[in-house]
Amino acid sequence: MEHIGLTAKDLSVHYGDRPAVKKVSLDFAAKQVTALIGPSGCGKSTFLRSLNRMNDLIPNCKVTGEIWIRDKNINSPSTDVVSLRQKIGMVWQRPNPFHKSIYENIAFGPRYHGIKNKKALDEIVEQSLKKAALWEETKDRLNNSALALSGGQQQRLCIARSIAVKPDIILMDEPASALDPVSTSKIEELIADLKRDYCIVIVTHNMQQAARVSDKTAFFLTGEVMEYDLTQNIFTNPQRQETSDYITGRFG
Amino acid sequence: MKAKTADKIATAVIIAVSGLIVLVLAGLLGYILIRGVGHISFDFLTSPPETIRIGGGIGPQLFNSIFLLVLTMIITIPIGLGAGIYMSEYAPANRITNFIRLIVEVLSSVPSIIVGLFGLLVLVNMFNFGFSLFSGALALTVFNLPLMVRITEQGLKGVPREQKEASLALGLTKWKTITSVMLPISMPVVLTGTILAAGRVFGEAAALLFTAGMSSPRLDFTNWNPLSPFSPLNPFRPAETLAVHIWKINSEGLAPDASQIAAGASAVLVITVLLFNFGARWLGRYMYRKFTAIK
Amino acid sequence: MAQSFDRQKAKPHIAEEWVGKIVTLLCIALLIITIFSIVYFVASKGLSTFFKNNVNPIDLLTGLKWSPEGEPPFFGALPFIFGSFSTSILAALIAAPLGFCASVFMVEISPKFGRRYLQPVIELLAGIPSVVYGFVGLSVIVPFFRDVFPGQGIGIAAGALVLSIMILPTITTIATDALAALPKGLKEGSYALGSTRWQTIYRIVLPTTLPSLMTGIVLGIARAFGEALAVQMVIGNAPHIPRSLFESASTLTSAITLSMGNTAMGSLANNALWSLALILMLMTFVFVFIVRFLEGRSKL
Repeated sequence: MEHIGLTAKDLSVHYGDRPAVKKVSLDFAAKQVTALIGPSGCGKSTFLRSLNRMNDLIPNCKVTGEIWIRDKNINSPSTDVVSLRQKIGMVWQRPNPFHKSIYENIAFGPRYHGIKNKKALDEIVEQSLKKAALWEETKDRLNNSALALSGGQQQRLCIARSIAVKPDIILMDEPASALDPVSTSKIEELIADLKRDYCIVIVTHNMQQAARVSDKTAFFLTGEVMEYDLTQNIFTNPQRQETSDYITGRFG
Repeated sequence: MKAKTADKIATAVIIAVSGLIVLVLAGLLGYILIRGVGHISFDFLTSPPETIRIGGGIGPQLFNSIFLLVLTMIITIPIGLGAGIYMSEYAPANRITNFIRLIVEVLSSVPSIIVGLFGLLVLVNMFNFGFSLFSGALALTVFNLPLMVRITEQGLKGVPREQKEASLALGLTKWKTITSVMLPISMPVVLTGTILAAGRVFGEAAALLFTAGMSSPRLDFTNWNPLSPFSPLNPFRPAETLAVHIWKINSEGLAPDASQIAAGASAVLVITVLLFNFGARWLGRYMYRKFTAIK
Repeated sequence: MAQSFDRQKAKPHIAEEWVGKIVTLLCIALLIITIFSIVYFVASKGLSTFFKNNVNPIDLLTGLKWSPEGEPPFFGALPFIFGSFSTSILAALIAAPLGFCASVFMVEISPKFGRRYLQPVIELLAGIPSVVYGFVGLSVIVPFFRDVFPGQGIGIAAGALVLSIMILPTITTIATDALAALPKGLKEGSYALGSTRWQTIYRIVLPTTLPSLMTGIVLGIARAFGEALAVQMVIGNAPHIPRSLFESASTLTSAITLSMGNTAMGSLANNALWSLALILMLMTFVFVFIVRFLEGRSKL
């Protein structure tokens, strides 16, 4: 399996006339976790949502600049967004399972992408749930409503759901911020596991979390990247005063 | 002290008026049911009407109303859903869309008698469908479509954005996202609204006077060949509905028991509308509970 | 695993996306074509009275005598126009205070009771078919008026009363929404100054929600103006301006309902009825624009 990363070049996002992200260039490597940190409203979530063209849905939102996957700039009008999104998974702040059974939540994507064979689907559901560390808890009640799961389980189900369509990249928008500490640590363990196969970009408010799970960290402030380096360097030896102020908790 | 007295009087008046409204409805329903229910019998519901003799029924009218409702909904639901989906999901935010919204609003406020006249001119005469169930169903579709569009839009707007995004992020097309994720979620709203719209269609008369017609042929309920002119299933025969029948016997009924028949028919109509109302309420609550249930 | 994100290659999902978009666009297009053809056909038939039959439009709007089959024929539609306006405005005058009280009850006085009893009642009133209203009007209101007031009982008063119950749900629903949407701080500010509930409603709530309340009233008038059968059943259908509210009269809709079936398509008498329909339709547009204007005001 080939591993694929993602490169953003001079990416800007405007809501109407108001700039939310200003000329951000970042490189996300395969098999790595990159954390995006920064105070609320710094543009990190907006930036993340641009990477799989989710901002296309928001009226008045204009994304300019380039996003490269291999030799393709996917931020161009000729991009087939539907195929693109299959390759880039996404996990939201609040768990958002479909109002369907656990099984259907996972099988929904693959079935649409052409896998009709029941055996193959069963296999995908099992593998995805195993990868998301949810199989043991749910294998006996796959036909129950996904809404009956706890918040942490729902979030892992959402991760399993996105894995099921075989993405290369997974975007996570504060995936643990709505969860309790136990569920949070489970999600963090899961991220560490998933790193072996995917390029992961995670937005987080929680600096300890960034320090624990990520290989590289980018610090966002007012729509710009202040600093981008190995996580270790950012937290132990920040180069800029703003970064240092933020991670020591002086603002944000 | 004066302000407090005024407050008390105003409150009393408001409560009294609210009570009065409840009483008006109770009186209205009570009057119709008490006067009408006594006249309802199996015979009344199944036998054909009499023009000058006593003892006529409303059998064909009842059948026509139900058949017309089914025909109308078969045409209205897909078109209304489609148009609603377009307005809610595909329409770009621009002047043209605003104009379309205005158009839909205008169509929804066109009086039903005008819709009936339009049906008479275009459907009955120009397209030569004649006074028929088919003309009636199309006229009722025109009358009902704006409501159906609004219901669909409302249902889709109520779907949480995260649900829509989750589906799109899996690489599903917008169309597939709408049909297999958003529509099921908006189902309670859409279905409730549709049933209420159906109740409105069932009681409509003005749009039908000049489209479905004010008479019914002698129907042969053993003949189920839809092409035969006496078959109840033939969509190209004239069909007086229950609501039209009530209007007709009130304005030109000659049978000596015309007013009892009107009362009985009104009771049937009102009971049906009540059933639609309670059905919609019950179904909406049931589906809401089912979808949000923690099993 | 080679994956291309280019659009050029035909893929089934791109076709699917287009099919969805085009099918739904066709649905909305059908709606638009329908409304335009309604306007076109009603207008062309309605105007042919003036262009083909050379009836003077001023005479039609101001004339008092309507006898399209007389020798010579008269086409004075003023009695109908008068009847339509007087019944619908009178209906709104009756329904507006009632609807306002009901919405105040539901929002300010007892939301729990209101939601459980009053709201279903209002919704049921909206669901009752107009012929049933006509029937009840004919068998309850008309005899009552006949006993109490001089005259036949039929007429503008009976029509207005029936219509007022029919438009009550429209007015109430919009007033309730407007009241419920009022920012909480506005009312609390008034209560904090020691105002009573009525003072708050009268001085704060009523003025701020006025454009919305007016929207509801205009929508109610529009509905009453276009209602045909219920009015036709209780108004008496005499084609002249009545001297009292309890004397037989006519509206645009009742004249159309009664005579359309008895005139030959294309005849002068028939075209004159289409002119009435045209007036009715134009008034509907006027109401829609007034509502739009008021809605714009209430957003400020």
